[in-house]
Amino acid sequence: MPKDSVIGTSTKRREDKRFITGRGQYTDDIVLKDQTYAAFARSDVAHGKIVSIDTSAAEAMPGVLAVFTGEDFAEVGGNPAGWLIHSRDGTPMTEPKRPVLAHGKVRHVGDAYAAVIAETAEQARDAAEAIDATIEELPAIVDLRQAASDTSNRVHDEVASNVCFDWGWIEDNRAAVDEAIKGAPHVTTLELRNNRLSPNPIEPRCSIGDFNPGTEDYTLYTTSQNPHLTRLLVCAFVMGIPENKLRVVAPDVGGGFGSKIYHYGEEALVLAAAKRIGRPVKWTCSRSEAFLTDAHGRDHVTKIELATDFDGNFIAVRTETFANLGAYLSNFATATPTFLHGTLMAGNYTVPNVYVNVKGVFTNTVPVDAYRGAGRPEATFSLERVIDKCARELGIDPIEIRRKNYIKPHQFPYTTPVALEYDTGDYDAVMDRLEAIADLSGFERRLNDSASRGKLRGLGISSYIEACGIAPSNLVGALGGRVGLYDAATVRVNATGTISVMVGAHSHGQSHETTFPQIVADRLGIDESKIEIVHGDTAKIPFGMGTYGSRSLAVCGSAVVRATEKIIAKAKLIAGHMMEAGDAEVDFEDGVFSVRGTNKNVPFGDVALKAYIPHDFPLDRIEPGLEETAFYDPANFTYPSGCYACEVEVDPGTGKVEVMSFAAADDFGNVINPMVVEGQVHGGIAQGIGQALMENAVYDENGQLLSASYMDYTMPRAYDVPMFKVDHSANTPCTHNPLGVKGCGEAGAIGSPPALVNAVIDALQRAGRSSVTHIDMPLTPSRVWDAIHNS
Amino acid sequence: MKISMTVNGKEVAREVEDRRLLVDYLRQDLGLTGTHVGCDTSQCGACVVHVDGEPVKACTMLAADAEGAQVKTIEGMAGKDGTLHAIQAAFQEHHGLQCGFCTPGMIMSAAALLKENPKPNEHEIREYLDGNICRCTGYHNIVKAIMAASGQPVAIAAE
Ligand code: FES
Ligand code: FES
Repeated sequence: MPKDSVIGTSTKRREDKRFITGRGQYTDDIVLKDQTYAAFARSDVAHGKIVSIDTSAAEAMPGVLAVFTGEDFAEVGGNPAGWLIHSRDGTPMTEPKRPVLAHGKVRHVGDAYAAVIAETAEQARDAAEAIDATIEELPAIVDLRQAASDTSNRVHDEVASNVCFDWGWIEDNRAAVDEAIKGAPHVTTLELRNNRLSPNPIEPRCSIGDFNPGTEDYTLYTTSQNPHLTRLLVCAFVMGIPENKLRVVAPDVGGGFGSKIYHYGEEALVLAAAKRIGRPVKWTCSRSEAFLTDAHGRDHVTKIELATDFDGNFIAVRTETFANLGAYLSNFATATPTFLHGTLMAGNYTVPNVYVNVKGVFTNTVPVDAYRGAGRPEATFSLERVIDKCARELGIDPIEIRRKNYIKPHQFPYTTPVALEYDTGDYDAVMDRLEAIADLSGFERRLNDSASRGKLRGLGISSYIEACGIAPSNLVGALGGRVGLYDAATVRVNATGTISVMVGAHSHGQSHETTFPQIVADRLGIDESKIEIVHGDTAKIPFGMGTYGSRSLAVCGSAVVRATEKIIAKAKLIAGHMMEAGDAEVDFEDGVFSVRGTNKNVPFGDVALKAYIPHDFPLDRIEPGLEETAFYDPANFTYPSGCYACEVEVDPGTGKVEVMSFAAADDFGNVINPMVVEGQVHGGIAQGIGQALMENAVYDENGQLLSASYMDYTMPRAYDVPMFKVDHSANTPCTHNPLGVKGCGEAGAIGSPPALVNAVIDALQRAGRSSVTHIDMPLTPSRVWDAIHNS
Repeated sequence: MKISMTVNGKEVAREVEDRRLLVDYLRQDLGLTGTHVGCDTSQCGACVVHVDGEPVKACTMLAADAEGAQVKTIEGMAGKDGTLHAIQAAFQEHHGLQCGFCTPGMIMSAAALLKENPKPNEHEIREYLDGNICRCTGYHNIVKAIMAASGQPVAIAAE
């Protein structure tokens, strides 16, 4: 390692220059020669039988080049679910086909049943409106519990019930957990809803399909978090295109938060249309369309029970959850409420008995899938809310009850009753940091200050643990994953010593272009500015599973390290040859190769040049060139954890909640770039505040989405959030990846909702509203006012 | 119809449909794709540009209504020699952007704020950004960047 390590340095972002000057290149900024435009005809009813679709008027409209309906894709495959879930009785879930365009039935408002390609976007939209579809409306299936019990009205006629799976984790624990709860001195029960959210990256989705009839090569430019996965899904499952005939490019992408992980039908449509008309086809989603078609997040109805002794020692946790899957299975939809949720239900605690039951239910709503945190926010919210309620019932301080039950440092590695093995952590140390940065000792003073202004102040605490670096192929395979989840990187040292690093992760706000060079620079002892990251193009990068689940650094970053280590090994061979020494005698430090015990040395740059001018290479031993690829498949998940504190003021007159302060102490393991990590936490907390206070995707009983624009779906704005205090100094490096990193992208969105809701309940309890033990998110003024005045 | 205006100091004239929005005119007709579209209800602010020195959501204005106006977009913020505007530099320095999609609108709004109120406090900055949504940053570093660009200390009490 060089003496002044670049690891842990807040290097400024190199990607910024293009974005602050308007030179970013997002998908919709791309204009291909002879480009045409697609628009979709979408269902305005939630559930209906397609009787007929008359496209003749649309076809005759000016500029129209082609019209597609579900019939055109009847023979091609469906967009698959990535995880196969087995129900408690061992039966595998049934997976209804998710077609490119609806065929036979429409299943949610916004379900596309036809598409028009035209010379201009306006012409395409006008013609899409002229498509005359007769759709016989069926009763909409919206309410989760009702959907689960109703077998006569089904979202998918070919599936016997709307319950896709009834999953138990772990089924063998069930009896013991039931027994433990029955005999426990104290049981705290809470019923709650984890509100449905629309991810809302500010860049709407966009896709451009291109086809070259001369070579039969397809290109798809698309707003994706993982171009290789999109290629795999389009090729292997939906369209049957050979994988080497489709190039997927995800250029600058304006945020994803999960919603751009998945393959959507519009991507397949623009490719098919480009082939049919022989010209590029672009589709740009409007925000209104995005609300109706981007996969939503969360939407659980849960009952959780926590059994304890009278001292607050945890004995058992039992949950029953109805998870809304929406109308079709999106790619991660079945994994999110199960393995990304149930496996985390022990939290940071030694709780000997845990049983989780999740029923995944189809409804006539847009598909629900992973949204920032994906299953882990739902687990954390349920657990941290019930712990808070329990602490209150037992008269124990909320920090004390958590500390009492934390897994202690000497207990790692720690295997939970829900089958994860946490490798490392020190939750008390993180809580110590939180108490310091949140100035908890000053709370009484602030409480009085708020009271003097007629406001009710409350303090809320939460802890979280998450399983990140969604990867280990062996684990995900055992859990039902149909893909491997490793990642890949190629390090290419150019002859003049500059370096290109091709990575499988995709950066859409995560700052990889800045942070990945820090890793390579650290290992090679050369300047970061000589290292360039290439991502987002299947033609340029070796392979990759993309960016989600806080996996980029832990998994792809580790692949970068492995490839860099291979570079060093190869360079040692070359350096040894140059210095007439065996490679075992060659050391490498600070960018210089030297022969041990001599003063012979050569700098990295000379070795790089030599690799490409191999005039005197012993070719039986050393190949020319200096380029290495590594695939990295970790041994385990990583387990970031944290403790969050939120202070709120509630206005008793209006019920309005103001977030006065928010402090987050996290253990992300080693940190490569603190500035970037802090930014990730800020953004996550703001999304968590959004979920807790204002965001809510609401369907009425007819399956109409009521919150379908920024007028009705309340996004957090600058004045809704405070400045944040963040700390990541109490870190325990991950024990099984070469960087010792854990991942930081989702933490803020996981830890913050329970802290905020706990704070509001605390404020109300302090004001004597002892019967208010829970309010469902979002804590809008009317809900809070209602709790204050009708309790 | 034919319209002409000055965009980033350059005279431009084009034939457009009556219903052409200013944002589409800038992005599609002039190729100035730094101005973004994030919504269709005039809420997100990704499209903010300056028209005769005033911040305008380019998605809510017809191109024809900018006839004869001086229009400035994000591409016109840096100096001719590439020197960044103080707000652009501050966004980079203080990590005021992640995915960068809201950023052009944020910078254009921030520039309008500082013209109106050269030393805004934290509260005034947050209130002024009412019409700009960022999903990535949690606004923390945007507020810091604007403080810094206005020449004020950025060590905000909360940190
Ligand atoms: S595009 Fe959203 S306000 Fe203009
Ligand atoms: S930086 Fe992504 S929306 Fe603001």
